[in-house]
Amino acid sequence: MAAIKSTWPLIAVGLLLEHLPAGADVLPDQRVDALYHSYSGGGVTVSGPSVLVLKHIGQNADVSGNYYVDTVSSASIDVVSTASPYSEQRTQGNISFGYLHDKTTFNMGYTNSTESDYKANTANFDMTQSLFGDMTTVSMGYSRGWDTVGKNGQPSFSASLDRQNYTLGLSQVLSKDLLIDTSYELVTDQGFLNNPYRTVRYLDPGSGKGYSYEPERYPKTHTSNALAVTARYYLPYRARLQGEYRYYTDTWGIKAHTMALGYLQPLHDKWSLDVNYWYYTQGKADFYSDLFPYQNAQNYLARDKELSSFNSQSFGMGLSYDFTRTNWKAINKSTLNVAYNHMLFSYQDFRDVTQGGAPGQEPLYSFSADVVQLYLSVWF
Amino acid sequence: MSLHNYLLPALCLTLVGCGHIEPWVKPYERAHLADPIMSADPNPVSSAYLNHVHEAREGARGADGGHGGGCGCN
Amino acid sequence: MYRVFQYMPRGLSAIILAGCLSGAYAAVPQPAPDFTLKSLSGENLKLSELRGQVVLVNFWASWCGPCRQEMPELDELYQRYRKLGFTILGVNVEQNTAAAQALLKEHPVHFPVLFDPQSIVSKLYNLDAMPSTVLVDRGGNVRYLHQGYVPGYEQTYQQQVSELLRE
Repeated sequence: MAAIKSTWPLIAVGLLLEHLPAGADVLPDQRVDALYHSYSGGGVTVSGPSVLVLKHIGQNADVSGNYYVDTVSSASIDVVSTASPYSEQRTQGNISFGYLHDKTTFNMGYTNSTESDYKANTANFDMTQSLFGDMTTVSMGYSRGWDTVGKNGQPSFSASLDRQNYTLGLSQVLSKDLLIDTSYELVTDQGFLNNPYRTVRYLDPGSGKGYSYEPERYPKTHTSNALAVTARYYLPYRARLQGEYRYYTDTWGIKAHTMALGYLQPLHDKWSLDVNYWYYTQGKADFYSDLFPYQNAQNYLARDKELSSFNSQSFGMGLSYDFTRTNWKAINKSTLNVAYNHMLFSYQDFRDVTQGGAPGQEPLYSFSADVVQLYLSVWF
Repeated sequence: MSLHNYLLPALCLTLVGCGHIEPWVKPYERAHLADPIMSADPNPVSSAYLNHVHEAREGARGADGGHGGGCGCN
Repeated sequence: MYRVFQYMPRGLSAIILAGCLSGAYAAVPQPAPDFTLKSLSGENLKLSELRGQVVLVNFWASWCGPCRQEMPELDELYQRYRKLGFTILGVNVEQNTAAAQALLKEHPVHFPVLFDPQSIVSKLYNLDAMPSTVLVDRGGNVRYLHQGYVPGYEQTYQQQVSELLRE
C-alpha cells in the first residue's frame, strides 16, 4: 500500500496535471527547460541559450526564472550598406511569481534586457479567471517598460523610451474537441523610438552614387492594436490541428496580417511530430520610403525594412522524444526536442543597394533564414 | 431592516442566475481537451523564442502570448 | 471548489447564500440514485445491494490529475474502514476505458472500480466537477458531496466516514 501511495502521485503530478484545460484553476507544472537557439540569415547570426525553471511554493504559489542570451554577429543589409559588421551580446533575465486562489491566477514579473547600447526593464502583472464550469477563461494583463537607448562609440548619447502594454484574453471551450482563444493587445510607446545608427537615403545627384544618407526621424509616440484568434481542434485519431489569425494596425499607418497553421501528430509510442506554417504580410508605415526625393523631405523619415511593405513565410517542423522514466524518483516527464524553421522574407519597397543599379532601380531585397532549436524539458 | 439585509440575497440570486449557464461539455467529457496535445503552450521557452524571432523582424507586435519585454533588437 | 452539502440553517439569506456557493442544495438528505455498473473484475455491482454499509462513490478519470492524486488516499481510507462496514466504488467516467485499465493494471487499488463509458451514472448524479466524491449512509441517502480534490480533503473524508459509521 505504501508503494501504491508513493507511485500514484508520481504519475499524477506528471503527464496529466498539466493538461487540465482552462488553466486558471491549477498552477502550471514544475519544470526545467534548457534551450539552445540559433538564427542564421540575411547576413546575421544570433544564437545562445534560454533556461527556464518553474517551481511551486506550497499549494498555491509558484516562482519562475528565465535566463536568455542572444550572441549576435551582424553583417546584415543595413549594416553592410552603411557601416561595418559587428558582434555583440544581449542578456535577458526574468523572474515571475504566480498565485492561485480558487479559480483565479495572479502573475507578477520583472524582466531586464541588457546589451552594450540598450537597457530595457519591464514589469508585468496578469490575472486569469476560470468561469462557467471551466468552459471559459478570461484574462487581462498590464505591463510597463522603461528603456534606455545608448549608442556604441558615443558614451554621451542617452535617450529613453517608455512602453505600456494592455492585454485582454478570452479562451472558450466550444465542444469536447474544439477550443478558441481570442486575444487583444494595445501597445503604446513614447520617447526615442528610432534606432540611433540607422539612416534613410535621399536622391542626391551631386553625390557619387546618386544618393546620400541622413539620420532617420520617428514620431515620439507609437500606439498599436492587435487582435488574434486561435482555434485548436482535436482530430479523432489523436492529432491536433491549430489555426491562428492576427490583425494588426497602428498609428504609424502599418496594417499587417498573420496567418499560422500547425499540425501535431503523436507517432508510435514516444515520438511526436509537429509541422507548421506561418505567413505574414505588412503594409508600410506612412513615413517610410526606400528613397526620399531630397534631403529632409518630411517631418518623419524611415527606411527601416521592418516598416516597409513586405511579406514573410516560415515553414517549420519539430520532433519530440518522450523519455519519461516513472521509476526515477524526482522526474516525472522528460522530453528532448528539435525544431527547424525556414523563413523567407520578400520586400516590396526596400531595395538592396549592395546589388548596384540606378538609385531607386536596385533589385528589391529578399533573404532567407534558418532557425534551429534544440531543447530538453524535464518536469519534476 | 437596513439595505444590506436585502443586498446579499439579491446579489446571490444574480450570481446564482449567472453561474448557472450549464456547461455543454461536461467535466467527464473533457478527455480530449485534457490531452497533452491540446495544450495551449506546451513549450513556453520555445514559443517565447519564436515569438521573439518574429517580432524582431516584423512591424507588428502584440497578441502573441508574450508579456511585452523590450530590446534593442534590429 | 470545496463544497459540502449539509442540513441547511434557517434564514432566507443563509439559504440563498448557501445556494450560490453550492450551486444546488438539499434541505433533506436525498436517496442516492441507484445504478448497476460492470466492475474491473467483470461482475456487475448494484449500489442498492450495498445498503447497510457506508459507501463512498468517487468519480474519476485517468486524464484528471487531482483524481489520480486522490487514489492512494482513497485506497488507504478503504483499507482502514472496510471491516467496519465501509466500501468505496471508484466509478471511471471515460468513454474509452483503455487508459484507465492500463493504469489499474500497473497500479491497482483494493476497492471495486466500476466503468461508466456511456456516462449514464455521470448524468444521473449531475456530475459538475472532476473528481466528485459522494458519501452515502447506511440507509442509502446522500449525505456529503465533495467536488474537486486538494491534498487535505482525505482528512475530511475520514471524519465524515467515521461519523456515518457510528450511526
